[in-house]
Amino acid sequence: MSDLLATSAIGTRQVRLDGPDKVRGRATYAYEHPVDDPLYLCPLLAMIARGRAATIDTSAAEAADGVVHVLTHENAPALQSTDDAELAILRSPEIGFRGQYLGAVIATTPEQARHAADLITVSYVQEDHDVELREDHPASRPPESGGGDVTVGDVDSALAEAAVSIDQRYSTPMEHNNPMEPHTTIARWDRGELTLWTSTQGVHPTRSTLAPILGLEPDQLRIVSPHVGGGFGSKGVPHADMMLAALAAKAVPGRPVKYAVTRQQMFSITGYRAPTLQHIRLGARADGTITAFAFDAVSMSSQTKEFPEEATKPARMMYAGDNRRLTQRVVPLDVPVPSWMRAPGEAPGMVGIEIAMDELAVASGIDPIELRVRNDPENDPDTGLPFNQRRLVDCLREGAERFGWDERSSQPRTRRDNGWLIGMGVASATYPAGRQPGSVARIRRTSDGYEVAIAAADLGTGTWTALTQVAADSLDVPIEQVELQIGDTDLPNATVAGGSTGLASWSAAVLAAAETFRREHGTDPASGAQSQGEAQANPAAEKFALHSFGAHFAEVRIHAATGEIRVNRMFGMFSAGRIVNPRTARSQFIGGMTMGLGMALHEKGELDPRFGHVVNHDLAEYHVPVNADVAEIEAAWLDEEDPQAGPLGARGIGEIGIVGAAAALANAAYNATGVRVRDLPLFGDAFLPR
Amino acid sequence: MNPFDYIRTTDTADAVAVLTERPDAVFLAGGTNLVDHLKLGVTEPGLVVDINGLDLTDIEVLDDSGLRIGAMVRNSDAAADMRVRRDYPMLSRALLSGASGQLRNAASMGGNLLQRTRCVYFQDTSTPCNKREPGSGCSAIGGYTRYHAILGASQDCVATHPSDMAVALAALDATVVVLGPHGERRIPVDELHRLPGEQPERDTILEHGELITALELPPPRAGRSTYRKIRDRASYAFALVSVAATVDVDDSGPKPVIREAAIALGGVAHKPWRARAAEAVLRGAEPNEKTFLQAADAELAAAEPLEGNRFKVQMARGAITTVLTELTGGPESKLDDTTEDAHE
Repeated sequence: MSDLLATSAIGTRQVRLDGPDKVRGRATYAYEHPVDDPLYLCPLLAMIARGRAATIDTSAAEAADGVVHVLTHENAPALQSTDDAELAILRSPEIGFRGQYLGAVIATTPEQARHAADLITVSYVQEDHDVELREDHPASRPPESGGGDVTVGDVDSALAEAAVSIDQRYSTPMEHNNPMEPHTTIARWDRGELTLWTSTQGVHPTRSTLAPILGLEPDQLRIVSPHVGGGFGSKGVPHADMMLAALAAKAVPGRPVKYAVTRQQMFSITGYRAPTLQHIRLGARADGTITAFAFDAVSMSSQTKEFPEEATKPARMMYAGDNRRLTQRVVPLDVPVPSWMRAPGEAPGMVGIEIAMDELAVASGIDPIELRVRNDPENDPDTGLPFNQRRLVDCLREGAERFGWDERSSQPRTRRDNGWLIGMGVASATYPAGRQPGSVARIRRTSDGYEVAIAAADLGTGTWTALTQVAADSLDVPIEQVELQIGDTDLPNATVAGGSTGLASWSAAVLAAAETFRREHGTDPASGAQSQGEAQANPAAEKFALHSFGAHFAEVRIHAATGEIRVNRMFGMFSAGRIVNPRTARSQFIGGMTMGLGMALHEKGELDPRFGHVVNHDLAEYHVPVNADVAEIEAAWLDEEDPQAGPLGARGIGEIGIVGAAAALANAAYNATGVRVRDLPLFGDAFLPR
Repeated sequence: MNPFDYIRTTDTADAVAVLTERPDAVFLAGGTNLVDHLKLGVTEPGLVVDINGLDLTDIEVLDDSGLRIGAMVRNSDAAADMRVRRDYPMLSRALLSGASGQLRNAASMGGNLLQRTRCVYFQDTSTPCNKREPGSGCSAIGGYTRYHAILGASQDCVATHPSDMAVALAALDATVVVLGPHGERRIPVDELHRLPGEQPERDTILEHGELITALELPPPRAGRSTYRKIRDRASYAFALVSVAATVDVDDSGPKPVIREAAIALGGVAHKPWRARAAEAVLRGAEPNEKTFLQAADAELAAAEPLEGNRFKVQMARGAITTVLTELTGGPESKLDDTTEDAHE
């Protein structure tokens, strides 16, 4: 195994290097990039969920003040490839979901564009649509991608013979990423080349996707995205909004076209977490040892493009059990295209699994922490490989100590304060420790330091700072000597900030470049000296099951008469290898936990089956947590290094904070009230006196 | 979004005159509701008359020791006013439980009262709505109704009034002072808003061109009062159910007796819902759990919940009894502090 990097800057609580620019408004987000003489785009959206637009009358819009161009399928520029149906927009009048793009108005001001879009009249030929997910839906089928089903032993017999068993159904609703910065793009074509100033989790992956569709060579498409105001997966792959801006701009060569997706449009255009239905059966011996683990999951997908929200994914490796059966199905419906949302698979899957574990703990009379300890597998149940560092038990035990788990009563409804019932809950967290090959870093000696260039992304996560720390230690220089450049396809290739792989993958490139640089130029290089290095795949991935683990603890209060549920405190204890920057890492962890709080208590897209769209499509109606919801939230981590993660010794932490958080809250709610809620979110209704 | 004309005025009579002449004109105060609706296409006025320059920003004590609050006083300022906090704490709490700090800084007292009722379908011009387009049908019935009415709704509309402040004003028997084309008139807040009936497009009894110039509060009442808001998140959410209540208990006899009670409910109807049936049960009764449940049930007997909001009847029952218990529990009883300022 490679030696761990000696650290100096890594591990220090470095403040955000981009912070001063951000608070002064100097950090340029996509929509703010200064351009001359811009035009503004307003889209035309389908108002039926299935059918086609028989006619689109654009004459009034074209005659309206300030309108430069109106785009529809009848005049949209040709595409080189239409394989990706989400991105191959404006090809025909066919409508696959409500809110789909049917066209766009380009005008001199945003108000003129919006007004003109309202003047377009569309006559529809409507067909019956189906947007309702059910377990027994006839269209249910295995996903085209994903891990596949698992059958080990004989689950049914094991369940029949089990001393204790659980057979329950759980569900997670439609959830929407809703980053604070909406998806925004400025697109400009110059002499057949396209520039996109946009908000993305990866400039190169976005270029790789879009360039072939637009018929461009990679060097004809430049993507710039130095600052991103949150993504949570929704900016991980390009969505139709970027294509619409690109096509619109092609109609007005030389003119920049600006498009900011509205909050309402985000509910149908930029991806969301598909709802899941989870049937979980657990069988155990009297001592809590699991003998049967069956998980049948169904998730919603889109007729337009498949995306499997693989709730069964964490069940593959989480707990032991001699007899196992996992099935994953998708139901393609007439709905918008689902996509990544923070910890796809793990986040919803660990809701069902971790509530089921709590139910098994109650049924078997064993403390929920002890139950998890007893079912902690030696090796990965899925691959049989040893784990890199499976320290779930340490997280549970250390976390319990710090949280004060011994104050919990195992009997529900036993703690009260002024009309409120108080309860505590626990749940495990897990996320794969991935590292992607292919990122390239370029290091160049300048007159007063080192320029480190790699087209990484900072979603507000702290890349600007943490990657600078990594570069400083890789070169063995103070961080003041490092000038980082990220977020531009003119810089060397970088993989996506997704799947908690960003920092680990880019750091591997920076480490490789620094090693090469020192080998080629020594410790006293001349100004202008330059080297590159490329991230390789992690060789340990073939010998170990690489995962991070954690434990969530929560205390909630629920009003006995009104059902209101509020969170007193949350605590997360994580094992994630070396922590590069404790300050930004803490923000990542508690940010994930806060999103888990939203998942537990607030978030639910209300898809009206009559119309086929999410009707609570703004932030007044679709709730995410606000400050007042987060009373006390803290994260801590085991002091460790993971040699299997590579020289950096660190694993990604973007997603593990959300995984299991919602289940800990649901389990705390049960402990408070004795009411078991298996369908998220936990609205107060469930806890009202009957 | 439609093009519109925009003018500013600094004179109340002028403001009324301009609107009276133009049937397609609207007043713009804080804009926290109107601007949303302009963007969403929910309303398409031809003329927007900005009244932020009107000299209606005073809070003054009246001769009868009541309080007069100018219509253009911002919600934040009213909530922070020492006289409001001391003599009408229910109003201060109601104001602080509404919207967010930024919105309260912008929102005017008159505008807060004149918020349109809330419903996701009303705000979504791609769905039918009788309030937006009379006769087009009600999309909420049979749809998403978590925040919708359980009292006083009609076949044509089940939307709820979103204001917290108005619920407190209804319980306080406040009056609005209105200047119109035919002069000034006074309307009890409880009569300002209307139930939807067959005309859900009308939220209030105001005629076009009428301008709220002030709110008048009667002299402070004896007893304890509070505003309690039940909502899906701890701040910046509309009420599922809210309760404004003031209770005065006579402790002089062998058994305590409720001398006077005033209750209004929010989040349950097209208007702030004055709970007069509950008040009648309370008046003269002994303050205990049985009385409170009877009072709540007397009020909620008329409830006609929808498929998606049946829980609100029990939630309202719990909220009413909890508030009454807290208000009559003696000086040591703890008021549940759910207002946003509790977190600041």
